[in-house]
This record gives sequence, structure tokens and C-alpha cells, in this order.
Amino acid sequence: MSASPIKESLLTALNLLIFALIGTAVLASTFFLTRDRIRQSVEGEKLKLISQIVPPALFDNDIIKDTLHIAPDPLLGNTDVTIAYRARLHGEPSAVVLEAVAPDGYGGKINLILSIRANGEVAGVRVVSHKETPGLGDYIELPKSPWIKGFDGKSNAEYKESDWKVKKDGGQFEYMAGATITPRAVVKAVHKALLYFEKNRDKLFAASTPTPLNLPLSGEGQRKPEGVGEGKK
Amino acid sequence: MNIQQFKDILHNGVWKQNTGVVQLLGMCPLLAVSSTVVNGVSLGLATSFVMAMSGAAVSPIRQLVPNEIRIPVFILIIAVLVTVVQYFMNAYMYGLYVVLGIFIPLIVTNCIVLARVEAFASKNSMLPAALDGFAMGLGLTCVLAVLGGMREIIGKGTLLSGIDLALGDAAKDWVIHVIPDYKGFLLAVLPPGAFIGLGLLIAGKNWLNLRAERKARGDSATVVPVDGGCAISHGG
Repeated sequence: MSASPIKESLLTALNLLIFALIGTAVLASTFFLTRDRIRQSVEGEKLKLISQIVPPALFDNDIIKDTLHIAPDPLLGNTDVTIAYRARLHGEPSAVVLEAVAPDGYGGKINLILSIRANGEVAGVRVVSHKETPGLGDYIELPKSPWIKGFDGKSNAEYKESDWKVKKDGGQFEYMAGATITPRAVVKAVHKALLYFEKNRDKLFAASTPTPLNLPLSGEGQRKPEGVGEGKK
Repeated sequence: MNIQQFKDILHNGVWKQNTGVVQLLGMCPLLAVSSTVVNGVSLGLATSFVMAMSGAAVSPIRQLVPNEIRIPVFILIIAVLVTVVQYFMNAYMYGLYVVLGIFIPLIVTNCIVLARVEAFASKNSMLPAALDGFAMGLGLTCVLAVLGGMREIIGKGTLLSGIDLALGDAAKDWVIHVIPDYKGFLLAVLPPGAFIGLGLLIAGKNWLNLRAERKARGDSATVVPVDGGCAISHGG
């Protein structure tokens, strides 16, 4: 082993390079092998979630494909571009699915997905992810408690500003003793999402042209590749 | 590989050198995902698979890799395998993939994987290396299953909750409600429950070891603690 040190280190580097190339090849082929299936899973999961909050009778379009990119807006609390799904029945807009963030949960952000009917009523709300205390603040999740269904059918036409609070604060919404910060945040986020909907209603339901995917609704355009903002964390 | 060697490797991995309660390696996933049986076993099996495969992959190339770069090459192999597992879970077990989340890619950093590759696979032929990795992973899976079961029963009063995420909707009815109308016990679900549970498991394992030793000596003599926790390593 008295080869020159340079030659030896070059050989070592080459060795590492070859392994890196093999590894990359394996990864790339697995990626292509599973890509379609992964997309299907993600879309299937999304459709499952969407059909929970948009009654199937409400739409006959391919809701997964009828999307609109939503620029960050303080009313939605989102900091990334999110995707809105539009439900249409016989070509008429019937509901829109929005993602919203309640930034002031007890454990941080609470990510919500909600659907609003064309008439401004909430069709359904679900918590996508949260960090609230298990067993205490997590009654906002559906399997744990039906609380989140309390939003169904509510609208700004029915409830005035001061009603969009938990009962403890003089509003209309239930809460569980010991965990009021969590529902407070969710109620506020849903209310603000409704305000957003009313402000942007026409843009939200704009005809589904084969839109350029990165069409910001308001504010300066924030270009993001497709798929950004869909991730559930 | 003869039968005896086979038995030794299996016994070593699952019991004597158990990663969860003896070597205490890979604590991070152990404590984080052991809140239910299904989560624990799923991550355990994913880890076992990665360990078996990385053992099998490292062993045949051990002569080809210069000593100086063996660690980066091993890590590379492990990372590739983990990412492959991740892709497949994402594709075919999406629900579970979402639940286990960050802990799948973190298998790469689970030091037990590299430890076995370095300590065993790089010195042995392919079959024993694969078996060793699998046995070690199996040991971890057992601990995860028991710990997950303890935490799930005490914390939520159920067993096998979330099984439908792993095996599809057909398995939804398999969930066992051990304690009906259970209100839940938060401590067991939260991280402290994992630490306490693991402590109890380690104590239990040591007790069994002591008992076996006492028996071997004929019920006499003062008992010297056998090597319970391995003092060398505290890995993430």
C-alpha cells in the first residue's frame, strides 16, 4: 500500500462517488416507481377529507382538480400559498373549501380546513393538525367530540360579530371548562375565514378556466410550485 | 451459518442485547411513537426492515470500502434504504405514513442501525449480517409493542387503535376496547408516560436476568447486578 497519497485519496473519493451514484440511482428509480401511487394516496386522502365537509350532493365536478391558489391573507392566517377547492353543481358554484390557520391555539397553530356554501353558510369545519393538549384541548377533533360540528350551517347573516365567541366570552359557541383558549382560537379563525369569503367571493368562484396554477388572489404574487401548501404537518 | 449461530444471533438481538431495554439505543423513536401498539410496531418493523437490508447491503461490500470512508458509505446506504421505505409507505400506507411522519426519515439517525452495521455487518458475511439486523430490529419492535400496549391501555383504554391505518379499512373492527367508557389517563399518552413505562420495562428485564442468574448459582450468594443499561451509549 505504498501508492502515492494523492492517488490513494483520489481512489477513495472515487469510491465514495460511485456509492453516491448507485444510491442516487436507487432513489430515483424508487421515486418514479411510487410517484403516481403517492399522488393517488394524497389525492384520495384529500377527497376523503373534503367529502366530510362538503356534502356529496353539493357537487358533481372534479373538485380535486377545480382549484385556485390562495395568497397568504391575514384573514385566513396562512403564511404560505394554499389551495382552495371549488364545488360546483351543474356548473353553478355551490361551495368552496378553504384552508385556514388559527394562530393562537394553546399549543401553537391549529390548521383547519373548512367549506363555505355559496350562500355564506359554513358547510363543515375540520381540524387538520394541531398541538393542543391531548385529552384536554383536543375535543376540536371530530373523533374525540362532535364540537366542531357546531359550526355547520352558521353564517355571518345569522350571527353578528359579538356572537362569534365562546359562551364564556358572551358568544354563541360551546366550550369545555378548562380548555377555552383552543375553541376561542378556532371560533375566531372560522369567523375570519367567513369574512375572507365574503370579501373575495367573486374571485373565489371565478370560472374554472384552465388557470395558470400560480394565480394569486390578492396582494403581490407569491410564486410557488404546485404542491406547496398542501402538505399536512 | 449453522443452527447454533442462527440461534445466538437471534437470542442476542431480541433478548440479550435488546436495543430498547439493554443497549438503550434509539431512544428518540422509542419514546416518541410508543403511544399505541400500532404506531410502535409499525415503526419497529420499518426499522427492522432497514436494519436487515442495510446489514445485507453492507456485508458484501465491506472489502470494497476503504476504511476511512466506511462511515459515510454506511450512512449513505442506510439513508437510501430508509428513503425507499419512506416512499413505499407514502404510496401504500398513507394513513400510517402521516401518523409516523418525521420518525420514518429519522430511522437514518437511529444510532442502533449504524451501530450494528459497523459492529457486525462490516465483519460478517451477508446472511448473518442480515439476520443480526433483523433480530436487533425485532428486539426493538417487541419493546415498542409492549411499551405501546402499556401506554395505550392505560392512556386510552384500547388496544390496536389505528390498525386501519396500517391494514386498511377492513381492520377497523379489530380495535379492542379493553376498558369500556375509559376517560383516558393523560400521563401515559404524553412523553413522561413513555419514560416511566420504559423504566418499568428495564427494571422488569433486569429482574428476570437476576432471577435467572440466581437460579444458575443455586439460590445463593449476594446478587451482583448484571449489565442492565449499557453505560457506553445514549443515542438518539
